[in-house]
Amino acid sequence: MKRRGLFLLQLGFTLLVCAFLVVPVILSMLAGLTVNYFIGVESGLTLRWVMEVWNGYRETIFLSIGLSLACLAVTLVLGVPTAYVLAKRQNALTRTLEEMLVLPVAVPGLATALALIVTYGSLSGFRTSWAFILVGHVLFTLPFMVRSVLAVLSAIDLKTLEEGAASLGAGFWPRFRDIVLPNCRQGILAGSLMVVTLSMGEFNMTWLLHTPFTKTLPVGLADAYASLRLEVGSAYTLVFFLMIMPLLLALQAFAKPRPAKFVAEETE
Amino acid sequence: MTDAGTPLAIALTNCAKTFADGTKALEPLDLAIHAGETVVFLGPSGCGKTTTLRIIAGLEEPDAGGKVLFDGVDVTHLPIEQRNVGMVFQSYALFPNMTVAGNIGYGLKIRKVADAQVKARVSEMLAMMQITKLADRRIDQLSGGQRQRVALARAIAVRPRALLLDEPLTALDAKLRDTLRLEIDSLLRSLGITAIYVTHDQAEAMALGDRIVVMEHGRVAQIGKPREIYQRPATRFVAEFIGTMNRLTGAVKNGVFTCKAGSLAWSEAPANTTEILFRPEDIRVAEGHETTGLQGKVAAAFFLGDRTRLFVEVGEAQPLVIESTARRDFSHGDAVGLAIDPRGLLVL
Repeated sequence: MKRRGLFLLQLGFTLLVCAFLVVPVILSMLAGLTVNYFIGVESGLTLRWVMEVWNGYRETIFLSIGLSLACLAVTLVLGVPTAYVLAKRQNALTRTLEEMLVLPVAVPGLATALALIVTYGSLSGFRTSWAFILVGHVLFTLPFMVRSVLAVLSAIDLKTLEEGAASLGAGFWPRFRDIVLPNCRQGILAGSLMVVTLSMGEFNMTWLLHTPFTKTLPVGLADAYASLRLEVGSAYTLVFFLMIMPLLLALQAFAKPRPAKFVAEETE
Repeated sequence: MTDAGTPLAIALTNCAKTFADGTKALEPLDLAIHAGETVVFLGPSGCGKTTTLRIIAGLEEPDAGGKVLFDGVDVTHLPIEQRNVGMVFQSYALFPNMTVAGNIGYGLKIRKVADAQVKARVSEMLAMMQITKLADRRIDQLSGGQRQRVALARAIAVRPRALLLDEPLTALDAKLRDTLRLEIDSLLRSLGITAIYVTHDQAEAMALGDRIVVMEHGRVAQIGKPREIYQRPATRFVAEFIGTMNRLTGAVKNGVFTCKAGSLAWSEAPANTTEILFRPEDIRVAEGHETTGLQGKVAAAFFLGDRTRLFVEVGEAQPLVIESTARRDFSHGDAVGLAIDPRGLLVL
């Protein structure tokens, strides 16, 4: 009986914490669908605010999607080979490089953004293009790609697998294509989802790097909350959720470890 | 068998290996491996046997001045993918992203062999290794013994010029090791391929090798047929690494060797002999009232069914090991007379 009481207590506490986290989200989403937030849901539900967001901030949504995909492309091209080299050559130099890569995550985004502006701000064509934001996003997301690929590569005996492939006649490129890439697929997928999600939601750095013509979704969101009706800002949040939730769910699914299979010795 | 290519002769000249951190893994080595023979590199870990194999494979380059010749052609700087050698790794190195059939056919695909031919060859290999049922399994669904068979099939599928095996049975349990050792032996004989087999297990070496290269500290200690290595070891290290060796210390005078346990007539004894060595099968316990020059006391006796393994104290640092087939019981402290066959005596 005592054990059951304890369980109920724990369950209650867990639900309370969940509610604490989830209720604001639901309220915020509801606010975006309410005719007048100050009167409440009794005032009726409407898609008007969502349409207003769509009409006014459509560009920011497309820019964010485009940016995150470009960011993914760049981190794939840079990150996967980097992880491969880091996995193959373990020495003082590569360990230092690995630490350096993580710096943009540790340093506040504002500081990174300021450094970029101070250094490249005078290149006006670059400063005003979305590529400027892309550079910031790549700096920030690259370590996540490298880390997740590296984690997978370190878990397999890459050197011997490659030697095995070489002994069968495979040169460097066939080996990379047939052995290295397929065996770090899990890491690449997990890293990709992470990069897209982070790039999509990045605000810190983007706030400083953007121009009025290169507003991303989170920047537009801050804009909407600061200058428009609360309902519009909330509707914007709703749109953001709808975009990011499928990504987060996919991330969860891929992050699950594959169960190891045990097979008993078979005699034939 | 469709694998009958011309077997490859391999020669190493002046091959040494120093690793980047300064470790000298291999002293300059000269070695000739005849076409079609099975040579076993045998030695304790760190003796340079795997390094030598990797130099032959093309996974390591020898230090400047060393040369690797395949049928007289210099391949020293040719990477492994251009040497056409089959290799079986201790950890098997099977590709987890491919099925069993995919693994076996990979080398053929790389060689751009037509799909139908790849399929036929893979089926042939699966049948030869008796793993046809496993064709579509993933590697993580296989047991150790099954993985070993896949690794062998994969290495042989491309019809390599030589087969290199790096401790292929070490990761398996003892019973399976015996079974697979027999299979590898008959496989190598039927293929007629030049094979190099690395192991630290002397029983494996004796069973498989046409010749054994015993290595120690990056040097070759002895090269010879298993019987030569066992019966006429060139150095003390070889004598003690392979099989069991008994030892008696003493002195020779007028064709009689005298030690603490007594004396032994040995007319061919070299002068200045201070120590004699012999195998357990060359010494026996005297029967009935037979008188012998050597006496000892039983320190331990283990009845093994077909024979009794005796440890006999004779006043030396180590007791003598004797395999006795006498139909009698031995117990601790029994005084026994000992007879040694002079033909088995060695001085090193």
